[in-house]
Amino acid sequence: MHFARPVLLALLGVAAAQAAAPTKAVIQRGAYLVGVGGCNDCHTPLKMGPKGPEPDMTRMLSGHPEALKMPPAPKLPEGPWMVTMAGSATAFAGPWGVSYAANLTSDKQTGLGGWTEAQFLQMVRTGRHLGQGRPILPPMPVPSLKAMTESDLKAVFAYLQTVPAVANRVPAATEPAPSSIPMH
Amino acid sequence: MRCLLVAVATALGLTPCAARALSQPPARLSQTGLYASQGQVDPGHLAFAPQYPLWTDGAAKSRWIHLPAGEAIQGRDEDSWALPVGTKVWKEFRFQGRKVETRLLWKTGPQAWVFASYLWNEAQTDATLVPETGLADLEVAPGLRHSIPSRTDCRSCHGQASVELLGFNALQLSTDRDPGALHAEPLGPGMVTLKELVARGLLRGARPDLLSRPPRILADGPATRTALGYLAANCASCHRGDRPLPGLDLDFRHTSRVTAAADEPGLRTTLRRPSTYLIPGEPASLRLDPADPGRSTLLHRMASRRPASQMPPLGSSLADQEALAHLRRWVANLAPSH
Repeated sequence: MHFARPVLLALLGVAAAQAAAPTKAVIQRGAYLVGVGGCNDCHTPLKMGPKGPEPDMTRMLSGHPEALKMPPAPKLPEGPWMVTMAGSATAFAGPWGVSYAANLTSDKQTGLGGWTEAQFLQMVRTGRHLGQGRPILPPMPVPSLKAMTESDLKAVFAYLQTVPAVANRVPAATEPAPSSIPMH
Repeated sequence: MRCLLVAVATALGLTPCAARALSQPPARLSQTGLYASQGQVDPGHLAFAPQYPLWTDGAAKSRWIHLPAGEAIQGRDEDSWALPVGTKVWKEFRFQGRKVETRLLWKTGPQAWVFASYLWNEAQTDATLVPETGLADLEVAPGLRHSIPSRTDCRSCHGQASVELLGFNALQLSTDRDPGALHAEPLGPGMVTLKELVARGLLRGARPDLLSRPPRILADGPATRTALGYLAANCASCHRGDRPLPGLDLDFRHTSRVTAAADEPGLRTTLRRPSTYLIPGEPASLRLDPADPGRSTLLHRMASRRPASQMPPLGSSLADQEALAHLRRWVANLAPSH
């Protein structure tokens, strides 16, 4: 038994390592889900092409471009219109303030490269920024994401970890100004 | 292959009990073992009061822990005690003298915990299990609303794979209690601290000088000690160096490894450090700005109860004005040498 225990532990370690590495099929499933889920619609910035706006695939899924500094959102007149969107389709202004599409690439500093699968799942389950902070803001379709199965979410995460890294620090969301929060 | 390995490992006792059937919380609080008889807490449970209480809109709280007979806490790692399987912890919340909610954390296996919240009835005779999704926005007193967190939210603070208690640890139960702690609760009769836990053999493996050199926030003055203790209790469940949130480098967790006041993470990662969050209308902000405390994003977010900026994001609907006042004075008075 003394011999069997370390051997089994080693085998379990191998099995765990195998379980940790997603298969090609899982990654392909994730790519499919990201494609049909419309993630690129907001997380890949648009650029102006010869036929009009088109996704800038050199910045695929890298979120709102850091260099694109947004001026204050236009004030809309009273009425049913309440949301404005940047031409890049990565910044959105509404009653919640201004939100920016996140960098989903594998970049370790500014994307999801530094995330664990558990953190990604927690972000979805809670609907909270970084899995623990403020609610994720519009227009992110959080309810749709929450409805996904765990295996699908793991596949999405596995695929995103293979997306080429783009170093792009997306600005933090801002609240509507001026703040009415009493500080004194 | 994997099934075979799991089966063999189980036979050898290698598989954690987490793989076994999870226990479900009882439907009523009175069935959880808290009470010996109607309304009488089992005298075998240990009452305790953390030196730095968590802010919950001014709720009065009572807390008890049950350790299985003959079992003890393993305290070799002072920053992460290992609790025996079977441990149960309850926290009762009261507003204006009425019991509103009691939470239960129950360790059912080496890596398995049951989380449950119970809502007290009008007659104050018992409390019933709240759905997993929690209960939002209950009116618990005139003008005061309270939300009972979902199980997911419970785990946001207490952890996912590795669950820990936030008010029951070496710092919170230290015999060197901070006399300036905000919202401090007096130690009632029979309440345990490290002294009682060691004396009764309920804490084992701790360093020999735990009682002669008890845990405390390292600080160069009482205001800093109190501020960092408050931040440790209210912020460190999320912002902690051992489980960093990606890209933030924000840490409020006091650990036994800190040996100098300047190294306390609550100071090191906040003071004059740039903030990714921007106060509306400000082109740049610091987490803690001694030159202009009102522009410190840490204070701004503590003061906010807007969903997009409130900190902590869970557990309160009112900003803690006493803490804000203390922290504002503290930041303003920080010496330039800091």
